[in-house]
Amino acid sequence: MSDAPEVKRPVVTPVRVVIALCLVAPFVAMLWVSSYAKVDPAFIGIPFFYWYQMLWVLISTTLTMIAYKLWQRDQRARKTGGKA
Amino acid sequence: MNGGVNGVALGVFIFFFLAVTVLGFLAARWRKAENEQSLDEWGLGGRSFGTWVTWFLLGGDLYTAYTFVAVPAAIYAAGASGFFAVPYTILVYPLIFTFLPRLWSVSHKHGYVTTSDFVRGRFGSKGLSLAVAVTGILATMPYIALQLVGIQAVLDVMGVGGDESTNWFVKDLPLLIAFAVLAAYTYSSGLRAPALIAFVKDGLIYLVIAVAIIYIPIKLGGFDAIFHAANEKFSATNPATGKPVGGLAPAPAGQWTYATLALGSALALFMYPHSITATLSSRSRNVIRRNTTILPLYSLMLGLLALLGFMAIAAGIKVQNGQLAIPQLFENMFPDWFTGVAFAAIGIGALVPAAIMSIAAANLFTRNIYKDFIKPDATPEQETKVSKLVSLLVKVGALAFVLTMDKTVAINFQLLGGIWILQTFPALVGGLFTRWFHRWALLAGWAVGMVYGTFAAYGVASPTQKHFGGSAKEIPGIGEIGYIGLTAFVLNVAVTVVLTFALKAFKAPEGVDETSPGDYTADAGDPGVLTELPEATAGAGGH
Repeated sequence: MSDAPEVKRPVVTPVRVVIALCLVAPFVAMLWVSSYAKVDPAFIGIPFFYWYQMLWVLISTTLTMIAYKLWQRDQRARKTGGKA
Repeated sequence: MNGGVNGVALGVFIFFFLAVTVLGFLAARWRKAENEQSLDEWGLGGRSFGTWVTWFLLGGDLYTAYTFVAVPAAIYAAGASGFFAVPYTILVYPLIFTFLPRLWSVSHKHGYVTTSDFVRGRFGSKGLSLAVAVTGILATMPYIALQLVGIQAVLDVMGVGGDESTNWFVKDLPLLIAFAVLAAYTYSSGLRAPALIAFVKDGLIYLVIAVAIIYIPIKLGGFDAIFHAANEKFSATNPATGKPVGGLAPAPAGQWTYATLALGSALALFMYPHSITATLSSRSRNVIRRNTTILPLYSLMLGLLALLGFMAIAAGIKVQNGQLAIPQLFENMFPDWFTGVAFAAIGIGALVPAAIMSIAAANLFTRNIYKDFIKPDATPEQETKVSKLVSLLVKVGALAFVLTMDKTVAINFQLLGGIWILQTFPALVGGLFTRWFHRWALLAGWAVGMVYGTFAAYGVASPTQKHFGGSAKEIPGIGEIGYIGLTAFVLNVAVTVVLTFALKAFKAPEGVDETSPGDYTADAGDPGVLTELPEATAGAGGH
């Protein structure tokens, strides 16, 4: 996400790297199919393949939420920083 | 189909159906604005929806009756490979988070109603905008048809579909009635109707899933027993290929297919006009980002839903047409009255997306074909009128499609639709982040992707059909089996990049960009953004 050019802060900041990682992590986890294409260990009778991916629904939701909060803080900081 | 009509289930089904019909017509009055003749009003609900309405609308839109029936049906038929729908929806949200707020901002700043509006404004190219619009309409039509197929499946299991021997009119009458009702309230209430009905639909679906996921495993002796039965079915070898018919986890050969299908589908989902319509109707930029944190609730639901496919196997459901597996499972497992509730959930689950899709296709036609090419001086009243008519036409088209053609044709076209719509990604998402791509290069890339995708899909055979038998094929150069849409997309991007370099070297004229960098981060309340919102609705009903 680029910002207006008048903002003099660097575009890449540690916070933004964390945001990017939060958003990229689900892609790495889900596209690496061989890491979870197995039946054991089962959880309450559900093979690993299925509960692991459903667990990732929750993990990715948490990650997106973190990204959202960080992004909001980042934007707020930039707005007040721009005025000062 | 146990022969005869399931009276109790049918009664409950009709009750819910009548209730949402009333709701659909009342919706016109919900949060009504003064300038009701504008396309913003009818086609985007006045761009006034908050987080929760948007959530219901998007959920109602993306998780359709067809999903409800087809995802477990895929699991029922082939096991693990059908589960790709779950990683697919997981990947959708980080994508939405990244690019949709930008689309929201620029659309509100410039009054764009469709993705083609944006593409035209960004690249100054009517040709590219037309390509995006036509692709959108083509891809949406079979999607609407599939919703009607979903209703048909439910009606069949209830025994009101009749069999082949009954008169075609009697056989299709229930579907015709459902269709007429849908068309009438979409016409009168616009996007407000599906938004309101989506509350009922999601409520019912959550209820049905919660009950199904607890009640059915208990009746079948727990998940252990369910997966044991499934394992037995899938380890049987297919006499034709000598390989197992499926599995509880994808075999190494199927992993590329699994990953590419998940990724390709995720990229394609928000290219569909109806998902964009639901997004643009939200009140602010943050509504969209907030939504990405609550939308995954639907993915969880989808995962549980998929497991119903295994339950159908364990329950010993044997159906010729895999689409009937889940409705049949419900009928066998639930008491009659709850079967009615479950079927109502599927039926209403078809009406909501069908309404939004027809509105989205109509917006595309009106804005990017009618106004750009046929009648450039159309007034907002005329635009709305044309949109309403086209939404009707699109639905009649879908109905004719379902009634006259074989069901597998609808499914094939839907597969093609996914491949096609993905080819608009470079123009749309590329355009949101950079102006580097050349408009002619984008158009050429799109054409290459469309042609390759269509031909590749044409060449896929399945046990039951010679062409369009599936959407996965060997990826040239890699040798693994992958989703055709994604291969076509990569080809599309490659062509676009190479031609952009070439066209820039030859200094081919670039179109005029009417947007500025600040437009992509503007939010409600910023200068120039609020003016497009009807004042009567802008402040009402906040969450």
